[in-house]
Amino acid sequence: MIALPAPKPEILARRDAILADLARLLPADSVIGETLRLRPYETDGLAAYRQIPLAVVLPRTTAEVAAVLRYCHANGIRVVPRGAGTSLSGGALPLADAVVIGLMRMNTIREINYEDRYAIVGAGVTNIGITKAVEGDGFFYAPDPSSQLACMIGGNVMMNSGGAHCLKYGVTANNLLGVTFVTIEGEVIEIGGTHLDAAGYDWLGLITGSEGQLGLVTEVTVRILRGPEGARAMLAAFSSVEIAGAAVDAIIGSGIIPVALEFMDRPCIHACEAFAHAGYPLDAEAMLIIEVEGSVAEQDMLLDRIRGICAKFDPISMKVAESAEQSAAIWKGRKGAFGAVGRISPDYLCMDGTIPTGELPHVLKRISEMSAQYGLGVANVFHAGDGNLHPLIMFDANDPDSFRRAEAFGADILKLCVEVGGCLTGEHGVGVEKRDLMTTQFTRAELTLQRAIKSAFDPEWLLNTAKVFPLDDNPKIAA
Amino acid sequence: MSVISPETEQSLASAVARAHAAREPLAIEGRGTKRAMLRPTLQPWGPAARTLSTRNLTGITLYRPTELMIRARAGTPIPEIEAALAEHGQQIVAEPPDLRVLFGAEEPSTLGGVVSTNLSGPRRIMWGAMRDHVLGISAVTGEGEIFRSGGRVLKNVTGLDLCKLLSGAHGTLGIITEIALKVLPAGEATGTLALRVPDVTAGVAALSAGLGSPYGVSGAALVLEEGGITAFLRLEDFSESVTYRLGRLREDLAAHGEQSLVEDPRALWRSIRDAVPLRAAPEEAVWRLSVAPSHAAGVVASLRAAFPAKLLLDWGGGLIWVAGPATVQAHGAVMQAATAAAGTFTLFRAPPELAAAVPVLPEEALPLAAIGRRVKAVLDPAGVLNPGRLRA
Repeated sequence: MIALPAPKPEILARRDAILADLARLLPADSVIGETLRLRPYETDGLAAYRQIPLAVVLPRTTAEVAAVLRYCHANGIRVVPRGAGTSLSGGALPLADAVVIGLMRMNTIREINYEDRYAIVGAGVTNIGITKAVEGDGFFYAPDPSSQLACMIGGNVMMNSGGAHCLKYGVTANNLLGVTFVTIEGEVIEIGGTHLDAAGYDWLGLITGSEGQLGLVTEVTVRILRGPEGARAMLAAFSSVEIAGAAVDAIIGSGIIPVALEFMDRPCIHACEAFAHAGYPLDAEAMLIIEVEGSVAEQDMLLDRIRGICAKFDPISMKVAESAEQSAAIWKGRKGAFGAVGRISPDYLCMDGTIPTGELPHVLKRISEMSAQYGLGVANVFHAGDGNLHPLIMFDANDPDSFRRAEAFGADILKLCVEVGGCLTGEHGVGVEKRDLMTTQFTRAELTLQRAIKSAFDPEWLLNTAKVFPLDDNPKIAA
Repeated sequence: MSVISPETEQSLASAVARAHAAREPLAIEGRGTKRAMLRPTLQPWGPAARTLSTRNLTGITLYRPTELMIRARAGTPIPEIEAALAEHGQQIVAEPPDLRVLFGAEEPSTLGGVVSTNLSGPRRIMWGAMRDHVLGISAVTGEGEIFRSGGRVLKNVTGLDLCKLLSGAHGTLGIITEIALKVLPAGEATGTLALRVPDVTAGVAALSAGLGSPYGVSGAALVLEEGGITAFLRLEDFSESVTYRLGRLREDLAAHGEQSLVEDPRALWRSIRDAVPLRAAPEEAVWRLSVAPSHAAGVVASLRAAFPAKLLLDWGGGLIWVAGPATVQAHGAVMQAATAAAGTFTLFRAPPELAAAVPVLPEEALPLAAIGRRVKAVLDPAGVLNPGRLRA
């Protein structure tokens, strides 16, 4: 288990007074203090870790967020920002002495502008909510994390979320114009705006993906894009992961950038097929889902070319969707992959390392060897075009030894990702989960530098304490 | 003025460490193409001041076409990188401008130069800015410490994103020594639709209609000439797609103005990228404003009311290049227009007397400026890196 810092006894002792103060600062029904009602906030998408917070506040406005931060700063109280609580890395895991600031009530879309192609939305608007608001006019918000039905744009900004379509459209950072940023002192700062590329330092870029370490974001100006005329997917199944990897290289090398290029290995194909009945080939060792966009004629042209490329790699089977419905069926298995694995195993850990795509066969072979060594199953599903792996390690949370082995297995996979030139996390964030592995990717000096930049925003280290940076060697936090 | 041009990252770091210890300011540059951009750095320090150049840190260190990644040392000239990419049908996504003509420079920009200034060309509107494609950097702090951020893979959210912080910081927060860049295939074909429009409002409306279409417009510019105003919309894709999409775009935009197809679209977009149609005279100041495109017509009107402004609009009308008299009054009009449009400005090129006398960028909100000073103190505690480059 990953260690959390000792709560500040003086804060715990003042719990009732703090709750009373918060209740005075905010409208009625905005502060939660009873244990039973705090329970839903004790964990996030990394459910193996749980901690009831000191209090939860649910502000409705930026001014209320600022008031809470100003109060917490003045009183040395730790703060944990939270969107929908879907973080897979424990980014929203509370601390016993922390106030959780839940942003889900800031769920208003303030402006949609098609002429200038942006939308201004509250941090608590869901990712899919933005697309739903503009799709009737043919527009969409591009980053599409798997949790998009639930996850909120404020969390997406904080984690710099990706998704299956970011090979073409980029991740959250590439689709933002501005944010309303609130510092730990409670200062409200407008960063960026409705235009591109603010002059001066790129604070927007630094804040995006900062995992709540620098401040809170209460409102976000996103770019919205006009959707393509249409999109269609195909499947290609291969007899080995090496061959499938070579096919991916050949597609990218041909000058085609599919809007999505997803890879599943045999265990994942089987789990998804049992769950979704998508017609996946059960005799394959690896399968690609490839999606292209454009008019029907353009889709045909691109899918023909891709089929021609895949044909050179002796595919076991290929299936091109003939309709939007068939495309949806192909995607159904992939989109439900995590749930499908959840059906065949009591619990799973979802890893998120990225590797140079050329290292794919080597890394998958090593993961398979580790699986045998740890005695735990693993299913691989990932974004093949950009090398972002999602090995799903299957374990049983009721068996402490199984959980210990799963964590060790996951850590070994991530170390391997770094070793071959990749990184610990492609889109889920470091959170608490990968915090102690940061020393495998960064030198002590580099971590010290990053910590110093955090300190420039949050000198007392009150913001999302104990995430991202290892506790040891950190004078600001006693473990 | 002496120039230090280290040949390794280590010797560059040592040179910075010495400057830090001696509290001696350094002007940071690649090949000095954009030396005249923003504010003059070393003037106040006189002849003893020194320039640190990355011009000898050159060479592509890793290029993996199928991984859509190229890595090169900061001093590598852009044309060298473009040539290597072209061999595999790929390109630098953000299409950085070649500003030799605008700045009267002899030498081409370096990779470090275009990343440090976050300069993007017409393709920015669809495919993102230079900073959006920086996957990883190696850099040296103002104390002479080497550090890395990011990596060489396409998706990476591990730790704070110092790549973005240093991109566009004009060398004031660290000296970038090596850069890994995401690259993409160049479109097989390029096609461009030209529309004669009556005024800026109508021109921006045509560009917005094109950018709001499903056809993937990758360039949307407005060229203002004596003879009239032309809106240009670019498509880059496989040839079949370009032909098809140009046809659809012509139908969709039929009401926006008299149409024609551009014969040599690549040359046209190179000239727009490099701000050639701006026709800035050597003695004139050049500004860049970034606004939401629907504000462009208002900005243009207020600038024209203030001084004889030469104009070029890119990014769907959101990027406004302006050339005009290098006076405090003209600059005041630009600042006012940017503020009124809730946008941003840079005094891109000006005689040193003007650049030193006025803010060349908008002032930051006080709490943000305070954070900025603390971040600067972390990365360059003695303030030796490009002092005065962005602000007095």
